[in-house]
Amino acid sequence: MKSVIAENLVKTYRKGEVVALNDLSLDVEEGTVLGVLGPNGAGKTTTVRILATLIKPDSGHATVAGIDVIKNPDKVRELIGLSGQYAAVDETLTGWDNLVMFGRLYHLGRQPSIDRANELLERFDLTEAARRPIKTYSGGMRRRLDLAASLIVKPKILFLDEPTTGLDPRGRQDMWGVIQDLVQGGVTLLLTTQYLEEADQLANEIAVIDRGTVIARGTSDALKKQVGGERLEITVENSDIAVAQGIVARISGNSTHLDLRTISAPVSTGSVALMDTLRALDEAKIHPLDIGLKRPSLDDVFLSLTGHVAEEIVEEPVKKKRGGKK
Amino acid sequence: MKYLIGDVLTITKRQLLQLARVPEILVFSTIQPVMFVLLFRFVFGGSIASDQPGGYVQLLMPGIFVQTVAFTLASTAIGLAEDMKKGLIDRFRSLPISRGAVIIGRTFGDALLNILVLTVMALAGFAVGWRPTSGIVQTTLAFLFLFMFGYALSWIGILVGLSVKEARTVQSVGFLVTFPLTFLSNAFAPTTGMPRALQYFAEWNPVSTMVAACRQLFGLTNQFGATKDSWPSQYPLETSLLYMVLLMVIFIPLSIRKYKNYSN
Repeated sequence: MKSVIAENLVKTYRKGEVVALNDLSLDVEEGTVLGVLGPNGAGKTTTVRILATLIKPDSGHATVAGIDVIKNPDKVRELIGLSGQYAAVDETLTGWDNLVMFGRLYHLGRQPSIDRANELLERFDLTEAARRPIKTYSGGMRRRLDLAASLIVKPKILFLDEPTTGLDPRGRQDMWGVIQDLVQGGVTLLLTTQYLEEADQLANEIAVIDRGTVIARGTSDALKKQVGGERLEITVENSDIAVAQGIVARISGNSTHLDLRTISAPVSTGSVALMDTLRALDEAKIHPLDIGLKRPSLDDVFLSLTGHVAEEIVEEPVKKKRGGKK
Repeated sequence: MKYLIGDVLTITKRQLLQLARVPEILVFSTIQPVMFVLLFRFVFGGSIASDQPGGYVQLLMPGIFVQTVAFTLASTAIGLAEDMKKGLIDRFRSLPISRGAVIIGRTFGDALLNILVLTVMALAGFAVGWRPTSGIVQTTLAFLFLFMFGYALSWIGILVGLSVKEARTVQSVGFLVTFPLTFLSNAFAPTTGMPRALQYFAEWNPVSTMVAACRQLFGLTNQFGATKDSWPSQYPLETSLLYMVLLMVIFIPLSIRKYKNYSN
């Protein structure tokens, strides 16, 4: 069963001048995670805001748990949790104040609100900071509190809009752990991100969006296959490029690609090709500066789908070194 | 709808909690008006002639009361704009709460803050020689008027806050509106010295009618400023009441509609 369905959503701003969503459709299977991946301005936040009943689309329609978000927003609000790009909490109040307030606004009653606040603070490792104003929290703590606030009524369907944007690596790791726990608990999650690695880590399925529409979707592996299999990459001194290129071409049986001093070519035999190449290089007395097998990253997927790199602004020229190699 | 009152109270309580957690808010909201009381009392008080028994401070206090509650417009707008910017309003809107609760709650919170501020100012005024002479009933009525005026303006603040995205812009807009309104009035000096066109504006200015109404309610005979025979200066209470009702009738529905349809 589909928990979230969006069909042909169109949303424009400034009387049609800015097109945020251009016929966007997606759905999320119950109990799974859909990663909505795209660069800034691709329409991720607009999609979430429509599904969370914050704005209405110009056309198209959407349901959450089978309920129409446009016709019946109040019913939808009772079922969802939303955590946005910014920690949407009252920063002058303490973490505890915030959670109790949100509990009250969910009409939990006084004592249940307090109990739930304590429970969530404990679960997100914020008990010690509970009585401090949010202002004094680190970025990661704020996000955790924000997420906690969206979990007060144990929603079955959760929307997380760029939950780790702006966090340091440790904060991101912590957040991923928290999200993975939630998913194990059975929530249906729609997660937006501009981090390819994040979608790879957390999502069962990925929808790549660009300029307001879904340009590809599938599992992380399926998307990677779309770009091709493994590539052999070696970096050598300038004087060795010609010989090394010959070796790589012979072993891979494919034409090579040269980027500065890095030679690459698709290979089908994986580590065997890698060892063969190493032996051949050794015989030719070439010492590679770097050598390895690269599985295509989601950066590569994005580049091949859109012609531009994910993290860059859309208008920027395309010819740049690819990012995101692991 | 059945949760409306509870939701409103929760939002209002949030603002009171803010005061408890960050007492500076209260300190700074009261410092400015108290400073005005002292500045006007001791800087201008000596040079502005007044035939009022008890001196300039009797005329001054109603002016400063009205000016202070007029700033509610800006403070409501700023508070709301900040909440919007931080995404808090989005979160509220994603909750199953009554539609108007968030903004009604804010106007209540700001109104409660006004009660505190007015109390502090009244004490400051008392300390520098202000003495209402009309008795408890009329004096209380004056404060009720001030309270209502602040509340009505709060609703304009809601609309401004929802319309302007940046809190700093809101602050500038707020001051741009409230400063001329409070100074193009009878609040601090007689309007008789103003050019004719400004006098005309000043006599109908709601700040002037409010100041005149408060002076009357505090028991002052001297309605200094407004053109003597004009309708608003003869009936300042009625005119002020009319303004307040008009403001609320216009701005409450507009603000609620704006809030419901607001999209970023």
